[in-house]
Amino acid sequence: MSKRKTPGLNTGAMSDISFLLLTFFLLTSSINTEQGIPRKLPPPKKEDAQDLKVDINKRNVLNVLVNFRDEISVNGDEIMITDLKARAKEFFANPSNDPSLPEKVSKPIDGIGDFQVSKGVVSLTNDQGTSYNMYVQVQNELQRAVNELRDETALLYFGKKFDGLDSAAQRAVSAAIPMSISEAPPIDYSNNGK
Amino acid sequence: MSRFRKEGKKETPELNMGSMSDIIFMFLFFFMVITTMREASLKVHFQPPQATEIQKLEKKSLVANIYIGAPIAKNENTLPPGEVSVQLNDQTIKAEDLKRDVRDFIGTEKESRDAQDRDRLTFSLKVDKDVQMRYVNTIKQELRANNALKINYAAGKKVEKN
Repeated sequence: MSKRKTPGLNTGAMSDISFLLLTFFLLTSSINTEQGIPRKLPPPKKEDAQDLKVDINKRNVLNVLVNFRDEISVNGDEIMITDLKARAKEFFANPSNDPSLPEKVSKPIDGIGDFQVSKGVVSLTNDQGTSYNMYVQVQNELQRAVNELRDETALLYFGKKFDGLDSAAQRAVSAAIPMSISEAPPIDYSNNGK
Repeated sequence: MSRFRKEGKKETPELNMGSMSDIIFMFLFFFMVITTMREASLKVHFQPPQATEIQKLEKKSLVANIYIGAPIAKNENTLPPGEVSVQLNDQTIKAEDLKRDVRDFIGTEKESRDAQDRDRLTFSLKVDKDVQMRYVNTIKQELRANNALKINYAAGKKVEKN
């Protein structure tokens, strides 16, 4: 019996085809872009509920206002977007217990113990003409301030950054540094700025 | 040393292409797995703003998209004064039907999920970065009125230059 030699297959064309498929999938598909800044809206107003005037001490509120020209003011001072994070961080942390910055209440938190939780609330007001880009930048800077404080707290109590903690510890740190943004109804400059 | 040199022309050996197609196939499968087809064809220009503190959404099947941006085609429905369209599913919505359409959209999106997933359903606002807040506020009001409270401002990753 003589051994038959199998002829060598020309597989060059096959790689052409797979290249074609590859470029097709590269062009038609988009890499998972489901990312962004998650937020929760307040629950809808009940119709019979009356406007409750919650008395919040003035020192506990950081008024952030963005106008239709995308300029930012914080408690009346006009600032740049790059300074917003520092302002928000100082506001939430209040390291020197400054009487003009928010008060703190001692609260027991699982895994941390008693922690001085800030009562500060950021009140964010936008103009109807504010660009969405600016709105996201402001949200981003506020989130960044909170994230940095959470990282610092996590390092102090757990020796790790916030992302490296397990979910129970993350919940504890989140409770210690709450993210409290309240959005005021937008103002409309074009309708005589009421 | 010349006695070792072969006489005649050198022949180039044939290359074996088989393994190359293996590699290409591996690439192909990689891209097929990590990418997803765009579900709806976009009717509006959408360029997300850039941010640093973004988070990945937990599950893609629990996300419903709302696109807001300038219309690509001229004859799309727009919100007054006629520069911005809102796209739900596959079509842009009319200004006078906005309330009803948004309510129906939220209703169908919630119904198509299991009961235990309904509260985890996130509405991702994919808003072009040049859009004014008035349109976003309108949509947010409608979402809030219909008890769809989990939202997400879609944003791209900003590379920090430090």
